[in-house]
Parts: sequence; C-alpha cells; structure tokens
Amino acid sequence: MTGEHNGKNRDIEGAKRDKRLYIQLFMSTFSLSAFTFGGGYVIVPLMKKRFVDRLGWLDEDEMLNLITLAQSSPGAVAVNTSMLVGRRMAGLLGMLVATLGTVLPPLITLSVISLFYTAFRDNIVVNAVLKGMQAGVAAVIADVVASLGAKEIKQVISALIMAGVFCASFFFKVNVVYIILVCGSIGAVRVWLGQKRRDKS
Amino acid sequence: MIFLKLFWSFFQVGLFSIGGGMAAIPLIQNQVVDINGWLTQAQFADLIVISEMTPGPIAINSATFVGIQIAGPLGAVVATLGSIAPSCVIVSVLALLYYKYKDINIIQGVLGGLRPAVVALIGSAGLSILIMAFWSEAGFSLDIRSLNVVSVVLFSVSLFVLRKWKPSPIYIILLSGAVGAAAYLLM
Repeated sequence: MTGEHNGKNRDIEGAKRDKRLYIQLFMSTFSLSAFTFGGGYVIVPLMKKRFVDRLGWLDEDEMLNLITLAQSSPGAVAVNTSMLVGRRMAGLLGMLVATLGTVLPPLITLSVISLFYTAFRDNIVVNAVLKGMQAGVAAVIADVVASLGAKEIKQVISALIMAGVFCASFFFKVNVVYIILVCGSIGAVRVWLGQKRRDKS
Repeated sequence: MIFLKLFWSFFQVGLFSIGGGMAAIPLIQNQVVDINGWLTQAQFADLIVISEMTPGPIAINSATFVGIQIAGPLGAVVATLGSIAPSCVIVSVLALLYYKYKDINIIQGVLGGLRPAVVALIGSAGLSILIMAFWSEAGFSLDIRSLNVVSVVLFSVSLFVLRKWKPSPIYIILLSGAVGAAAYLLM
C-alpha cells in the first residue's frame, strides 16, 4: 500500500521534473533566440555557455559534436543546434519545444516589422536609412566572403569551383539548388577517389 | 495554391542552405526574386538589411517576412514551417547515425566540396546587394553621375573598419543607416 503510494509520489515528482525541463528548454531557447543579434556564429557559443556551463545538461565534448552536426546539416545552425539539444534532453517532444522556442521570436519580430515596412517604405528618410544600411550590409557580406574565400582560394579545385559557381549564379541566374547538388557531388567524388587512392597505397 | 508554393519554396531554402549564416541568402534570392517574383531586388535588399538587424536566423526572418507579405500571418507560419521541416528530419537522422557510429567523416567530405560553392554564392548575392546600394533599381551603369557617392564611401569605410578591427556587424549596419539618413538630410 505504502509502496504504491510512494510510486505514485515519484511519478508526480517525475512529471514535475519533466515539466520543469520543458519550461527550461523553452525559456532558454526563446531568450537566446530573442536577444542574440548576429546569426549562427554568435548564438552557438552562447548556447554552449547556457547548456554546458550554466545548466550542466551536456559535457563540452558532446556539445561540440552536436554543434558540428548542426553545422553539417542544411538549415539555420541555431535551429539545428536547438533541435539536437532538445532531442538529446527530452526526446521528440523536447525537440519540438526547443524548435518552437527558437523560431517564435523571429516569427513575431519580423511579423511586426513587416507591418511597419509596408507603411514606411515610401518615407524618404526611412529610405535613406535603408539605403545607407544596404551599403553597410554589402560591406559585412564582402568581409565574410573575403575571410572565407581566402581559405578556399589556396586549393586549385576550390578556386575553380568558386569561379564557376559565381558565373553560374551571378550572370546566368542558375537555380542555386542545382549548383549545390553538383558541387556536393564533386565533393563526394573527391572524398571517394581519395579513399580509393589511400586504400591502394 | 499560394500556401503550397510558399511552403515548397522555403522547404528548398531550408534543404539546400548548407553552411549556416549567410548561405541561405543566395537561395532565398533565387526563390523569392528570380523564380517566384514575390519581392523586387530592392525589397530583397531591404529584407536582408532587416534580417541582419534583428535577432534570429536569416532563413526564418525571410520566411516570415515574405510569407506575411504574400499571404498574411498564416503565410508567415507556413513559410517558416517549410524552412525548418528539412532540418527537422535531417538533423534527427544525422543524430541517430552519430550516436550509433560516432563518425562524421563522409559528411565532412561532402561539405568540403560545398564550401567554395557556398562562398561564391554568398559573394554573388552580396554583389547584387552592392549594385543595389550603389546604383539603385536601374542597375550597373558606367555613367559616374548615377553612382550613389554616399553608399560608395559608406561601403569602403565599413569594409575597412570590419577588416581592421572586426567589430560586431550590427554596429556597422546601424551606423551606416544613421550616416545614410544624415547625408540625405544635409544634402
């Protein structure tokens, strides 16, 4: 009788703990997503800090591996990392909760902004601000391309891929999906050939 | 059916934007401007500006923005769902493989082939935003008078500061906006 009672108590405690875990998962991903400016490169280290250092949910190695997986998967790195952590901590429902927490802030923010945008885009001052910001964004993109490109251009094949893809995309407006598929295949064939050569020697 | 079209477009964005961050920009441009004509190149440039200024991944921001402009709040939700659906499945499969085999070499190999392509794609999308900023809607022209001098100066100074001191991009973008407005009001 008492044993049954204890078991019931434990169930209730367990359910409470689960509920707290889901709430913590949602609050963590929601606040990280809502207040982190600057995209994947910024939010991922902050996630590591929250989940490893503060909440102690994962050790550093596992977190780093999850981040590598998130970066290897298509889609936004922040969303992918949230999904992986959520899944690891609380299964499919955890994945859902973490994804919701990550996606809701930009969904709400951009909905509000898009209302303003429609109302304000014809305002001359707003136009001047956006025009100035376009130049700033172009500089930010140029900076990223310069940093990433400097690493890639050292290899002949990579340099050729870069030149070809640029022409295909900029001048011929080829569907990006085809470009990605072709280049992914080139990468896969290269790995395969490399492995074959290593097997022979 | 507009909702299906939105979902499918952003599904492709989600499925093929590999490499995080700006890798989604060329795909979004391709789908939204070139293929479906939902936004003009000028509106797209504004969208990237807004996405860079607000928290959250560019793909989600764009899906919400385009979805709401084309088909209202439900459109925003549908487009966002489309953009995260592929990751949902692929991340789960990769996680299963990872916890089973602990080997991510082959995936890394494919990524090696994609990396230069992604850099070039980002460069291509960046160049069209640059042309937008320098010459407005008319596009590239050799006529020096049609060039927006303020934008050229802003771009050059921003790029120099970014390369030299590596500040957070958000400050660069905010300052560029302020200078752009000030220059307009003064002239």
